[in-house]
Amino acid sequence: MSVLTESTIALSSGPVTDPGASQLLEVSMGPQHPSTHGVFRMDVSLDGEQVVKLKPVFGYLHRNHEKIAENESYLGCMPYTDRLDYICSITNNWAYALAVETLAGIKVPERAEYLRVITGELTRLQNHASLVGFLMQDMGASGTPLMYAFREREKILDLFEALTGARMMCNYMRFGGCRVDAPAGWLQQAQKVIDAFPKFLDEFESLLRTNEILMARTQGVGRVSKELAINAGLTGPMARASGVNYDLRKVDSYGIYDRFSFRVPLGEFGDVYDRYMIRLLEMRESLEILKQAMREIPAGPIMDPGTKIRGFRPKAGEAYGRIEAPKGELGFYLISDGTGNPYRFRVRPPSLINLTVLEDMCLGRNVADIVIILGSVDIVLGEVDR
Amino acid sequence: MDEQLKSELRRQGVVATSLQELYNWGRKSSLWPLNFGLACCAIEMIATTMARYDLARFGAEVFRPSPRQADLMIVAGTVTKKMAPQVVRLYNQMPEPKYVISMGACAISGGPFKQGYNVLKGIDRYIPVDVYIPGCPPRPEALIDAFLMLQKKIDEQYLTGPTRPRHLNADMPSEFIVPEFGEHDLVPTQNRDVWQVPLVNISNAGKNESGSD
Amino acid sequence: MNLEAIKSEIEANVPGCRLEIIPNTSPSAQHSLLVDSAHAFTVASFLRDGASVRLDYCSNVTGIDWPLKEISTKTKVKKLVDGVEKDVDEIVKTQTGGYLEAVYHLYSMEQRQGPVILRMRTEDRTDRVHLPSLTPLWRSADFQEREAFDLFGIIFDGHPDLRRLLMWEGFVDHPMRRDYVDPDDYEYEPTAHDEVLKRAKEHQAAEGGL
Repeated sequence: MSVLTESTIALSSGPVTDPGASQLLEVSMGPQHPSTHGVFRMDVSLDGEQVVKLKPVFGYLHRNHEKIAENESYLGCMPYTDRLDYICSITNNWAYALAVETLAGIKVPERAEYLRVITGELTRLQNHASLVGFLMQDMGASGTPLMYAFREREKILDLFEALTGARMMCNYMRFGGCRVDAPAGWLQQAQKVIDAFPKFLDEFESLLRTNEILMARTQGVGRVSKELAINAGLTGPMARASGVNYDLRKVDSYGIYDRFSFRVPLGEFGDVYDRYMIRLLEMRESLEILKQAMREIPAGPIMDPGTKIRGFRPKAGEAYGRIEAPKGELGFYLISDGTGNPYRFRVRPPSLINLTVLEDMCLGRNVADIVIILGSVDIVLGEVDR
Repeated sequence: MDEQLKSELRRQGVVATSLQELYNWGRKSSLWPLNFGLACCAIEMIATTMARYDLARFGAEVFRPSPRQADLMIVAGTVTKKMAPQVVRLYNQMPEPKYVISMGACAISGGPFKQGYNVLKGIDRYIPVDVYIPGCPPRPEALIDAFLMLQKKIDEQYLTGPTRPRHLNADMPSEFIVPEFGEHDLVPTQNRDVWQVPLVNISNAGKNESGSD
Repeated sequence: MNLEAIKSEIEANVPGCRLEIIPNTSPSAQHSLLVDSAHAFTVASFLRDGASVRLDYCSNVTGIDWPLKEISTKTKVKKLVDGVEKDVDEIVKTQTGGYLEAVYHLYSMEQRQGPVILRMRTEDRTDRVHLPSLTPLWRSADFQEREAFDLFGIIFDGHPDLRRLLMWEGFVDHPMRRDYVDPDDYEYEPTAHDEVLKRAKEHQAAEGGL
C-alpha cells in the first residue's frame, strides 16, 4: 500500500459566486458529443452549474452544397438537396423544386401535387416522431421512446422505399412534378400506415404525457418570447411554440394546401414542453391532411409535359421559393444567368437560423438543460452547416 | 490441434480450443462501437441499432460515448476538413486493439461531395481503415454485413508471426498524426505512412476521351 | 403593396437615399430594391418599423459575388468609309459586376406580405467591401451575415460578433467567390479527364512525376 501524499494540484478557493471572478469553467461540448445531434459544438462558460455564456461553433459538416451546385446542372442539384436535412429528404426536394418552378414558371399537374402532399406529410410524421424520440433520449429515457419512434419511422421509410427506391435519400421530386408514380397498391399500403399511426401517438402520449420527470425537465425551460421569436427569424414548430401564428402552408398556401382543412397548433409559453407538445399535435394535423389527400387524389399525369428536365436552362433571373419543412421555413434562392448551371444556389436553412436564440435560451440554466434545449430546437447538422 | 480430434471431442462434450481462437472469439464477439455520428450515415447507424435490425445480435450494441471505452470506430458520414483533426484525435484516444469501419461513400472518398473545398477525400488519408462499406447511405443490412466482415477478419488473425495484428506488434504505431488547420488546407494533407497518392498514368489517360464530352 | 409604392414611401421618409429597382425578367417577377450602403440601415429600419410595411421578419440573408465581366456586344453602325456609306460592325464593350452583393429577403408576419428583396453592393471586391450590418434590426441576420463574411468576404460594419462561421479561424480565403481556387488535394481517379486530368498532371509534376 502506498501512502497518499498531498495533492500538488491547487484546489480552487471556494465556490465561484462573483460573476466578475475569472474562475469560470470553460466546457467545449462537441463536436463529438452523444447529445449534440451530430457534429455541433458549443463553447460554454459555466459558473458552477449555471451557464453564463454559450457560443455555438459551426462548420464541422460544411459540405459546400452551395459551391458544388454552381457547377451542377439544375437536375444534378436535386440529389444534393436530399442530403441537406437528411431525415426529411422529400421536403428538401420539394423546396428546391418549388424554387425552380417559381424561377421558370412551371405548372405542376394535379396528381403530382397530391403525391407531394402525401409524401411531404409522411416526412413530417417521421421527422417529428424521431425528434420526440431523440428528445426523450436526451432527457435520459434511454431506449424505449426512441425505439417506439423508430419502429414507426421504419414503416414510413418502407413506403418511401417502395415509392422511390431509397429509404433516406429519396430524390423523388422534379421541377414540374414527381419522378415516378405510386406503384400499384402503394396508396392502400400508405393508408394502412396512416390508419395505424394514431395508435402510436396515443401510446406515446400515455407513456409520457403525465410523466413527472418530463414535466419537471421541460416546463419553463428554454423560454423564447414571441417578439424575440419573430425578430430572430424562428420558424416552424419553434416559432409556433412561442405563439407566432406563421405556418407557410397557411400563409403561402403553396401547392394545394388551401384545399385541406387543418389547424395550426400554437404554444403559449415557448418552452421546451410547448415545443414537444406542438410536434405531437402537428402529427395529428398531418394525419388529417393525409386522410383528406388520400381520399381526393385524382388519376392523371405526374409530370408537366412541357418541362425539359435534362438540359434545363431557365431564363436569366432569380427566385426565392420556400416551404414549410418539418423544421421550419426551408427556402431556396436561385439566380440563373441563362446557362444550365445555377449562378447562385442558396439554401435558407431553418435549423441554423433557429439556433440564433440558443444562447438566450440557455443563459442562467443548468448545464444539463442545454442538452434538452438543443434537442427541442430540432437541428440536423447537414442543414445547419450545409 | 488436429481438427478431426477436436470435432470428435466436441461431440463427446469436451470443448478444446487454442488460446488464439479464444482470444479472437472474445475480441470479435464484443465490439463496442464509439457513439460517433458525422452525417447522414449516422441515422442509418442508429436505425441499425434499433429494434428492427438489432445490432445487439452481433454483440455490438454497446455504443460508448467515450473513445476510452470503445474499440470500433464507425466513421459514419462526410469527414470535413474542419472535423478531420477531431476524428484522428478520437482514434488516437481509443485503446488498442481498435478497428475502423468507413461507412458510406463520403468516408471512403468524399463521395458526392468530393469537389467540396472543405471535404476530406476519404478518412483513410489519416487513419487505417479495416472495412469499407459503399452506399449513400449504406442500408442497415450493409452495416451488419460490414460487422460480419470485420468479425471474420478478426477471427483469422494470428497472434504471433509477421502477420500478427498491429496491437501485438510493438514496432507498429497506434497513434497517428493529427492534422492542423492551415491557411488554405489541412497540414499535412495526408499521412504518407498510411496513405499514398495512387498515381494515375497521365500519359495515357484522357486520350480516349478526346472529342467526347 | 408593390415595390414602386414601397420605394416612393421610403423616399418620402428617408431623405437623401438612393434607391433603384432591379427588375427581374424571369417568370418569378420577384423584383428587388437596390439601396445605397450609406442609407441602408435607415431604410431597413423604416421598412421594419414603418406602419405601412412592417417587414418584421428577415428570412434570408446571403451574399453574391459578381466579378468584373466585360461584355462585348456587336452592333451594326452606318459609317462613311472612303466616301461610301457602309454597315460596319462596331464592338461596344461594357463592364458589369466588380462588386459583392448582400441580399435580404424580408417578409411581414403581421401583414402576411413579402418578399421584399433588399440588395446592397460593395464598391469593389478587394478593399472596399464594407456594408452596414442589419443584425441590430433583425437578429436572424446574425449567423447569415457571419456566413456571408466567411464565404464571400463582405465586412458588415456594426455586426456584434463578426467571426468566421463555417471555416476555421486562420483560414484566409473566401471560398464562395467565383475566382477561388481549391487547394491541391489531388484526388485519384482511374479515368481522369478534363479538369481532374489537368490537376493530376500539375500535381504529379509538383511531386516529381512518374
